[in-house]
Amino acid sequence: MILLELFLGFLEVGCFSFGGGYAAVALIREVVLSRGWLTEELLAYIIAVSESTPGPLMVNLATYVGSSQAGAAGAAVATLAVVLPAFCIILALMAVLRRFTANPWVRALMTGLKACVTGLILAAGLEMLAGNLLPGGLGGGLAGASGPDWLALALVLLLGGFWFGLRPRMKKKPSPVALILLAALLGAAAYSL
Amino acid sequence: MKHSAKLLWQLFTVFFKIGLFTFGGGYAMLSLIDDACVERRSWITREEMEDLVVVAESTPGPVAINCATFVGARQGGLPGALAATLGMVLPSFLVIFAVSRFLDRFLQIPLVANAFRGVKLAVCLLILDAGLRLLRRLPRKPLPIGIFLVCLGLSLAGSLFSLRLSSVVLLLGAGGLSLLAYALSRRGGRSR
Repeated sequence: MILLELFLGFLEVGCFSFGGGYAAVALIREVVLSRGWLTEELLAYIIAVSESTPGPLMVNLATYVGSSQAGAAGAAVATLAVVLPAFCIILALMAVLRRFTANPWVRALMTGLKACVTGLILAAGLEMLAGNLLPGGLGGGLAGASGPDWLALALVLLLGGFWFGLRPRMKKKPSPVALILLAALLGAAAYSL
Repeated sequence: MKHSAKLLWQLFTVFFKIGLFTFGGGYAMLSLIDDACVERRSWITREEMEDLVVVAESTPGPVAINCATFVGARQGGLPGALAATLGMVLPSFLVIFAVSRFLDRFLQIPLVANAFRGVKLAVCLLILDAGLRLLRRLPRKPLPIGIFLVCLGLSLAGSLFSLRLSSVVLLLGAGGLSLLAYALSRRGGRSR
């Protein structure tokens, strides 16, 4: 039964994750959190692992969740499900590749979907950040349930300053992996002391 | 088209190598595919590669999978598509499967757990960065901006008041709305 659930859950991800990569995070997050397959924390860890290992984010997440829920069979089923829609769609579109992208209906549809994905991904990022800074999450924090995590806030300001402030001005742009390594060093230092 | 075993093996190994060296996924890999499939082997033409990138961006699923499937199918039909896609997926599958066996235990080491508390924050920033980059490319027109604001607002409201609106519903709504707007604009154009 868990195999069928994994298949359907990741088929949904494979069918609706437009834009690839991080654009899919909002949808994946919803699927794995609502089914209790991952916690918010573990999801962030696996995204980081995924940045530092080969392969597309979606495939990595499917493999991990499948494996943690149902071993090797689960990993195979979840990975198959996330890949299947893309595989079938490309086979179907082979012959009409150019006409497809030039079609005004397709272009209109894509503009709307991209606008929606932009909103979803920014909301997912803000929610995750709020969950880390305010122990009760976005809702709990506004309700005044608990104070913010000041150490985390300081780390976010440091890392954000590096990524959004310093990085655009650097000649050789550091990769996301560099940011993750920096964060690991800072985290180990800040929380161990 | 003759699907010799040699061609299938070649498709598998070329994409296995690409899959193995694609860190961070997605766009980093496009240049590797371009080099292996256009420059070195002429499996597909430069124009096909360019079209492919646009299609990969506008269809669901990982961009890497879209590309592997297309190149494989062009060279070796359905068996070719299967060989190339399997080659692309296998390296990350094996690595992550191995990671999943020991990540839990690894995270129980206090120093590692502390390091990952920092890493968590970096991941949030990377997600926000991806969102901001999409936002910068959004056409400055009322419809896309409106859809963006509504989707952002509804998702955030969902987490504030713990009422969950599925992303799929929002995606379908946004897609339907933009098709409707296009249909209306065409009609308006004709009646004038």
